[in-house]
Amino acid sequence: MKESKFSLLSAFLIALLALAGCFSGDAEQAGSEENAGDGEKKVLRINNSSEPGSLHPGTAQGAHDSWVLEHAFEGLTKKTPEGEIVDGMAEKWEVSDDGLTWTFYLKDDVRWSNGDPVTAEDFEYAWKYALHPETASQYAYQLYYLEGAKEFNSAENEADYAELEENVGVKAIDGKTLEVKLAEPTPYFLDLTSFYTYYPVNKKVQEENPDWALEAETYVSNGAFKLTDWKHKESMTLKKNEHYYDKDNIHLDEVYMVMIEDENTAWQMYQADELDLAYPLPNDVQGELVNSDNEEFYNEPELALYYYNLNNEKPPFNNSKVRKALSMAIDRQTLVEHVVQGGQKPALSIIPPGVPDVNGDFQENSGDLFEEDAEEAKKLLEEGLAEEGMDEMPQFTILYNTLEAHKKIAEAIQEMWRKNLGIEVELENVEFQVKIDREQAGDYDISRAGWIGDYVDPMTFLDLWVTDGPHNDANWSNAEYDELIKLAKSTMDQEKRMEAMHKAEEMLIDEMPIIPIYFYTKPFTVKPHVKGVFAPIDRYPQFIYADIEK
Amino acid sequence: MERETAFKKEMFVRDETNRQEAEKISRPSVSYWSDAWGRLKENRLAMTGLLIIVLLLIMAIIGPHLNEYSYYEQDFAKKNLPPNAEHWFGTDAAGRDLFTRAWHGARISLFIGFMAALIDFVIGVLYGGISALRGGRTDHVMMRIAEILYAIPYMLMVILIMIAMKRGIWPIIVAMTITGWIPMARLVRGQVLQLKESEFVQAALAMGAKMGWILRKHMIPNTFGPILVNITLTVPTAIFAEATLSFLGLGVPAPQASWGTLASDALGSILVGNFYQLFVPAILISLTMFAFNVFGDGLRDALDPRLRK
Amino acid sequence: MDLSSEPSSSEKKQTLGVISMWKYTFKRFLWAIATLWVIITVTFIIMKAIPGDPFAKDGGLPETVQKNLHRHYNLDKPEIVQYGLYLKSILQFDFGPSMKHRSITVNDYIKKGFPISLHLGLQALIFAISFGLILGVVAALYRNKWPDYASMVIAIIGVSVPSFVLATFLINYVAVQWNLLPVATWQSWSHTILPTISLAMMPLAYIARLMRSSMLEVMNQDYILTAKAKGLKQSTIIIKHAIRNAILPVVTVLGILTTNLVTGSFIVEYIFGIPGMGEMFVTSIFNRDYSVILGSTVFYSAILIFLIFIVDVAYTWIDPRIKITEEGS
Repeated sequence: MKESKFSLLSAFLIALLALAGCFSGDAEQAGSEENAGDGEKKVLRINNSSEPGSLHPGTAQGAHDSWVLEHAFEGLTKKTPEGEIVDGMAEKWEVSDDGLTWTFYLKDDVRWSNGDPVTAEDFEYAWKYALHPETASQYAYQLYYLEGAKEFNSAENEADYAELEENVGVKAIDGKTLEVKLAEPTPYFLDLTSFYTYYPVNKKVQEENPDWALEAETYVSNGAFKLTDWKHKESMTLKKNEHYYDKDNIHLDEVYMVMIEDENTAWQMYQADELDLAYPLPNDVQGELVNSDNEEFYNEPELALYYYNLNNEKPPFNNSKVRKALSMAIDRQTLVEHVVQGGQKPALSIIPPGVPDVNGDFQENSGDLFEEDAEEAKKLLEEGLAEEGMDEMPQFTILYNTLEAHKKIAEAIQEMWRKNLGIEVELENVEFQVKIDREQAGDYDISRAGWIGDYVDPMTFLDLWVTDGPHNDANWSNAEYDELIKLAKSTMDQEKRMEAMHKAEEMLIDEMPIIPIYFYTKPFTVKPHVKGVFAPIDRYPQFIYADIEK
Repeated sequence: MERETAFKKEMFVRDETNRQEAEKISRPSVSYWSDAWGRLKENRLAMTGLLIIVLLLIMAIIGPHLNEYSYYEQDFAKKNLPPNAEHWFGTDAAGRDLFTRAWHGARISLFIGFMAALIDFVIGVLYGGISALRGGRTDHVMMRIAEILYAIPYMLMVILIMIAMKRGIWPIIVAMTITGWIPMARLVRGQVLQLKESEFVQAALAMGAKMGWILRKHMIPNTFGPILVNITLTVPTAIFAEATLSFLGLGVPAPQASWGTLASDALGSILVGNFYQLFVPAILISLTMFAFNVFGDGLRDALDPRLRK
Repeated sequence: MDLSSEPSSSEKKQTLGVISMWKYTFKRFLWAIATLWVIITVTFIIMKAIPGDPFAKDGGLPETVQKNLHRHYNLDKPEIVQYGLYLKSILQFDFGPSMKHRSITVNDYIKKGFPISLHLGLQALIFAISFGLILGVVAALYRNKWPDYASMVIAIIGVSVPSFVLATFLINYVAVQWNLLPVATWQSWSHTILPTISLAMMPLAYIARLMRSSMLEVMNQDYILTAKAKGLKQSTIIIKHAIRNAILPVVTVLGILTTNLVTGSFIVEYIFGIPGMGEMFVTSIFNRDYSVILGSTVFYSAILIFLIFIVDVAYTWIDPRIKITEEGS
């Protein structure tokens, strides 16, 4: 019997070896394919962090999808390295005096990666597809600016679909002319047309094969690059699109994207020369690079605000003095310098730098709207609590989603409040989805939040806190504020708009329904042989015009 | 109707000897425990392990009070200091004293380890014991239930449960013990069943020994050895599992820190050369693992009744 | 795996007969299916108890968008209906779409991820077995000399350093500082070395210790002493007799080790960016990707149950006496 057991073991081991052998054989083949012919070609290697959720413009969502889409597709307009909006697929456009009707004229020589011409129908088709209720697109709301868009997207009965679809304000007048009707005047609509939900889709391809966006083999796009290889959960390869109208300005032959979730690992790959660009960076590395004069390190502004929601419906956070006290007792400079460590800017207002005002920069014109002052904060807290009939601050909790960086910030703020106000706070970390659920149910005291602007205009932030707004997790409501936002939304007159929005911002700081903490930055590193990477304020670093000079 | 037998009552004499004497012939009665202790003492490695465990426990109790720092107080002027005269283990990225944090972490990690082992022990002994002693249908049903729970991969189950619960020390312990008791229950059941059938218990029963006496003299010493060994190995397993949970962000709530959270928080620090921040918790975890493992091994040898000579 | 300790089954086997064997096999099969069903149900209940919407986005989604998404994934149906739909699709070996990735279904995930996890797990197992056995034997042969201590130090490091710490160290030194091997990803055999070591250290150490004590025990057995007395060559004794017999305890833990390695590699996969099932499980937990979590738990459990079933039935078919003899040892 012992004999038989022993031979059983041998058989088992041989089987294992055989299995392992055949797998590693496969893997090696794939590997050598990857490395073949790297010498001459200009290949940029980056980390996309995650498997994209979808590479169809209509159902794409978030950074891991958009980084690919922004290089494989192009909208009616595009952004230059200087942040200007210039012609993309459209060569020119007109807008009616009331700001509601926009007409776009497509360029003549624009083609899909399979050689088909890009037509106005492709745009109309793509936008309506994203809005179709059965598409269940997460970013459909980005198209709600169009007339009838929200109505179509919210349709519940199949019988209504056809009629509501007809009413959506986008129409191909002819092959090259696209007419767009908006629900309300939107001065930043041009900016939106460079956003990925507004990208076209090759109607012919999709009607033949609805699953074209699932694999590289059937993938058709109209941008500078085309997707040629997609190993799910592993890697993607983009190659230069020979049908792209501006192909002479595209220098890279190939972009190789891996999907490494762990930031530390990605950074180590960059160090070992396995990647050419590293973003995002691990917290500790950021801290070291910010204080060095490393030439590979870039730190660009980002259109985003890190803040804490206060539950305005829950005493004592319904009291503006208490809210202000909490805000004023935070030492933001220490926080960004020692905890966040990415060269971020302390937020003493709401709108991040880099958003244009009528003249100059919106944030610069606002200036610091309040001052940190521990003494004053303590006084305000006592007053506020007295107004609410409380002797001392009740036990409360900061809710944040599980992430090393959020934890460090929460710990630091907990300490600052303990030292400056003498109050004890508890910390609770939950998964991202749970945090969102509890915010929406009002089941929290203070919660961490971050908002990344969808377009470059103050409205993308100020819109958050209108009464009963879908993103108003602080549950704050102020009729005067709502009026100001309504006023700003009703006109194309930039002076009037900006004035109203400056006032709205000041109100937010006066009332402090949320605690602004810092304005994000975009710290990334690029190897010295890579030139021409640029980072628009509302995008990941772009490498469309990048070049490799070895 | 009376049946005639060849044996007459007169043919038998009552055996007046003490039944306990029958057992005593085997060897002089040295207490089981002093016997085991004697053998354990000779095992230097196991004793080192025991010493380390005791030292770690003592440090977990007094360690956080040995200097003036608290585990939560931050001082950014002193962040990322390597070990020095003032901060014996250095400071972390927020300028907190790592010595205090490490021993505060010891409290949490060891508490989780011991509680998980204790709960596994209680549930396992009750469940396995009842299952084995009652036998039959009860045994069948109880073991099938355990078998089903056991077919779910352990770590996946722990993670799933942790996500459904709030963060804290107790939820971690609950998540670990919800299926963690099963190996213990199976072990106890196996041991009891084996003993129930074993020759010396049968013999003792045949010689008229009382059940209580058998339990005390045979069952407990013979089952307790493997159980005790299992407990000493459960403690480090639980500490390890907690470290894994911490890596996934499911550990104890901040600013508290277990060894697991200290280690996973410090992973980034080695990218910028602050190795000591990772070394401190990693070495403490390793020491604990080492101590419990060698002590467990030693205990197994010492308690093994076959080695009694 | 240790179903062999069932006392009731030993009685069963004594009655033998091919018909009763078939009956037994069939019964075990039904039992395996029932176990799987219970696990599916339990996992489904836990999933539904976990708070959080899979489609949540910072700041929240407009209600209409949320509604469309829920309708698309049948999340608007009553839970009992969702449960029914899920059972139905599992019967068709379809674990449904991923809720986060439209480009890939749960089946695709498993098809892609499982072979990779299996490869990594088995490679680690082979590594652990071969080096574990060598270390164990060496330690036993040179008992209380330096090779013994050296082997046991390695074994102790193996069981006592968390895999995420070990992996981070290996990457930092071997890949980044010394540039000997690639940092991460899963492209060629050289990419698999560091993750294999990180994963194998724990079982390696375990096997080494097991082998050492088992060797020591065997070396004191009468038949070895007899062989020595007969003047057989030392190497013959060790290879032909000692190792062969000492290896048996290692064989008995192989099943558990294999499942641990294949299902327990998620941290190593995550750190090394290996697109296996473990990495997918971790990320889907953080993304609340219900269908992937359910799918992978059910898949892993099914494999475990299937293995138990095979082992159990195989034992009875190959040698009905095995159980009886096993119980004695």
